[in-house]
Amino acid sequence: MNATDPIIEAFREQILHAAKNKTLLSIEGGGTKSWYGNSNTLAKLNTRPYSGILEYQPEELVITACAGTPLKEIEATLKEKNQVLAFEPPHFGEHATFGGAIAAGLAGPGRISVGNFRDFVLGARILDGKGRDLSFGGQVMKNVAGYDVSRLMPGSMGTLALLLEASVKVLPKPAATATLRCQISQEKALRILNEWAGQPLPLSASCWIGNASGDGQLTIRLAGAAAAIKAAIPFMSSLVNASGVEPQSAEVFWNDLREHQLSLFENIAADQTLYRLALPAACGPLTIPGPSSEIVLEWHGQQRWIKAAGDEATFALIKQLATSHGGHATRFKQGIKVNPAFQRFTLLSEQVHSKALEAVQERLRSAFDPAGVFATKRLP
Amino acid sequence: MILMNMVTPPPELAAISALQSKLVAALRPILPEHALLWEPEDTIPYECDGLAAYKRMPLAVALPETEEQVAQILKVCFEMQIPVVPRGSGTGLSGGAMPISQGLVLSLAKLKKILSIDPFTRTAVVQPGVRNLAISEAVSHLGLYYAPDPSSQIACSIGGNVNENSGGVHCLKYGLTLHNVLRVRGILMNGEIVEFGSLAPDAPGLDLLAIVMGSEGMLAVVTEVAVKLVAKPRLARVIMASFDDIEKGGNAVAAIIAAGIIPAGLEMMDQATTRAVEEFVNAGYDLDAVAILLCESDGTPEEVAEEIERMTKVLEQSGASGIQISKDEAERLKFWSGRKNAFPAAGRLAADYYCMDGTIPRRHIATLLKRIQVMEKKYGLGCLNVFHAGDGNMHPLIMFNGADQDEWHRAEEFGTEILEACVELGGTITGEHGVGIEKINSMCVQFGEGELESFWGVKSAFDPEKLLNPDKAIPTLSRCAEYGRMRISGGQLPHPELERF
Repeated sequence: MNATDPIIEAFREQILHAAKNKTLLSIEGGGTKSWYGNSNTLAKLNTRPYSGILEYQPEELVITACAGTPLKEIEATLKEKNQVLAFEPPHFGEHATFGGAIAAGLAGPGRISVGNFRDFVLGARILDGKGRDLSFGGQVMKNVAGYDVSRLMPGSMGTLALLLEASVKVLPKPAATATLRCQISQEKALRILNEWAGQPLPLSASCWIGNASGDGQLTIRLAGAAAAIKAAIPFMSSLVNASGVEPQSAEVFWNDLREHQLSLFENIAADQTLYRLALPAACGPLTIPGPSSEIVLEWHGQQRWIKAAGDEATFALIKQLATSHGGHATRFKQGIKVNPAFQRFTLLSEQVHSKALEAVQERLRSAFDPAGVFATKRLP
Repeated sequence: MILMNMVTPPPELAAISALQSKLVAALRPILPEHALLWEPEDTIPYECDGLAAYKRMPLAVALPETEEQVAQILKVCFEMQIPVVPRGSGTGLSGGAMPISQGLVLSLAKLKKILSIDPFTRTAVVQPGVRNLAISEAVSHLGLYYAPDPSSQIACSIGGNVNENSGGVHCLKYGLTLHNVLRVRGILMNGEIVEFGSLAPDAPGLDLLAIVMGSEGMLAVVTEVAVKLVAKPRLARVIMASFDDIEKGGNAVAAIIAAGIIPAGLEMMDQATTRAVEEFVNAGYDLDAVAILLCESDGTPEEVAEEIERMTKVLEQSGASGIQISKDEAERLKFWSGRKNAFPAAGRLAADYYCMDGTIPRRHIATLLKRIQVMEKKYGLGCLNVFHAGDGNMHPLIMFNGADQDEWHRAEEFGTEILEACVELGGTITGEHGVGIEKINSMCVQFGEGELESFWGVKSAFDPEKLLNPDKAIPTLSRCAEYGRMRISGGQLPHPELERF
């Protein structure tokens, strides 16, 4: 927490040097998500030297750590006190850092029941593009003093400021969990998941894996008080003819889903792209252009993964499909022959009511970074 | 309530009156006659919000009935460079909707339609003037409700909730407004209609919805809110635990959380409060207890039974001197009645009361309460302490007589000292009421020059001309310098780099 920390001073020098020379800095942690977002070959600012847990009080439900802290160190520390990052941020590699996970803003299976990364961020310390050392938010759950700048950091992909430290809310590990599985069509799965979500049931995560013609398998996770789960299992199982999954293989499954180690996510063909669609709950099954392949639906259908051709026309079609249903699409991961210069995200200008926000976002970035040191366009 | 008039003499009356005529003439073609007020007898109800100590008369008050009218009003004010103060139900407790003498008050109260309810996707789309409780009432038959429940929920509007990021007694488990709103439609000061967030789990670009939440009407005018609805728990039961020592009570709060339990509600009242409310509600509170903790569990009957048992065990181990568990819904509501009536009870004890809103880490609850006891003697004023113990959000109610100028002055000083103690203990000056005009000087204690400059940068990104509620929430550096001259703590001047005047 010392402002004259030599590591922070070195970061500051690097930022000021870049600002002076009008060059860009691409912020990097463990490099486990370097393929995510628009690509660049710019000079790197690596956060890993600034590592360590600064404060952890289990009874406060908050952990404060440096951006370069390994994510697995954070999770191991929480585990000792039976606590977790409930939104299950993916690591995508051994060296994933706390700061990198925040910058990517991604969340795992639990997101649908507990919220996303930004919902859990309570405070942040940053170095802005002028090298100013700034702290926003804090370590308490309720805080409305000043604009909530710390919550701008998740998902900002290093395009706003350098994250030095963050305080994140943690939760107790659920007292009990159970996993159920059944064969069910995509349409029926989407319907029953939304129905269940509107009832007082301990539904914590869902994943439907199937093909384009709609046949597939639904896996659901229940989490909460042991008694609640015990009561829910027969009720939910009987409705979809589901059976229980052994705890150990269930854990492997949910972890593979979180870490993208299921078959769909692996072996992306050279000319293909793994697309992510974020959609409203009202969106039914979608017909994706191109050859039918495996589809993975998470978050009760609000996050969908498909593999399809990596060309611009296919992305345009997928984007159009997503935006017409009130969502958006991302080129999440590309095959090696797909042009790395392609725009990976849906732009604000491609959505009717967010066009005017493009200028707001630009001004917001330049307020923190007038020289454009972090203007890598990794996130447009 | 607080009744003093803190107005500084208005600038030149003639100039104001000329500006008023110009503004009214420009707004008349946009609004029906009854939706534009400028005669003092009509605008006086708008001179303040729920914090009546701070009042000012606006040039005019506009009450648009459609989003299109809101956009047109903003365009007119943008062209005329007239500041606009958005207003919901006027229940705010920090003066965030206090008018600007040369500005317009833009009331969203008439935009009060529930536009759609979708039980399948658990969402409702409502206009900003819809009351918080009206949403839950409208979806109750579907087994759903809108979770954030600020104590003013019968009156406060969802648009106001978005602008304050309001909480409530259940936010430890169910989250703040931020966690329960999916999309906000709003209008920028230049009249452009925009949408923040999405019904999808995320939206392209930076997370601008997160920064609009709690922005106190300074970034955009909210015209539509899409909220998340959640399943009503089948059952709720509350434990009422007594403690003979404030430290034990504070530690019990930490122990419950450390045991891995997230109660649906976790609230505390000190002895002065229980004595004041018991007379009022006859809830059967233990009047000998130094502190009373209310700890609620909700969910399925099986879940509640299991959790109540775990909570009881922790409370016993924490040294509770008495434990009562609500037997039925009537008794649960009775246990809660005192907590919910703390404010009116304070109103019976003193002519006026001043409600604070600092938040501190849970482990410092007892420390702060002891410090407040010392301050009571220092300022010669009584204080009732009720608070959202689960999230460390304290609501000390400082009691005073508003007719006595010196008492109000002492109450203000008392409040400021509490807020400074909150910052010192690692907390914040406001948990849910907002900074408004009331705590604007305390912002200089909580933030440094760089942070304040960044806040102004954020403000300018949305509203480059600084016309939307510009005198609230974020102090200018010169204001902090001025305040610094008044208040020197520990011999150190804040912002020594600035000129003093």
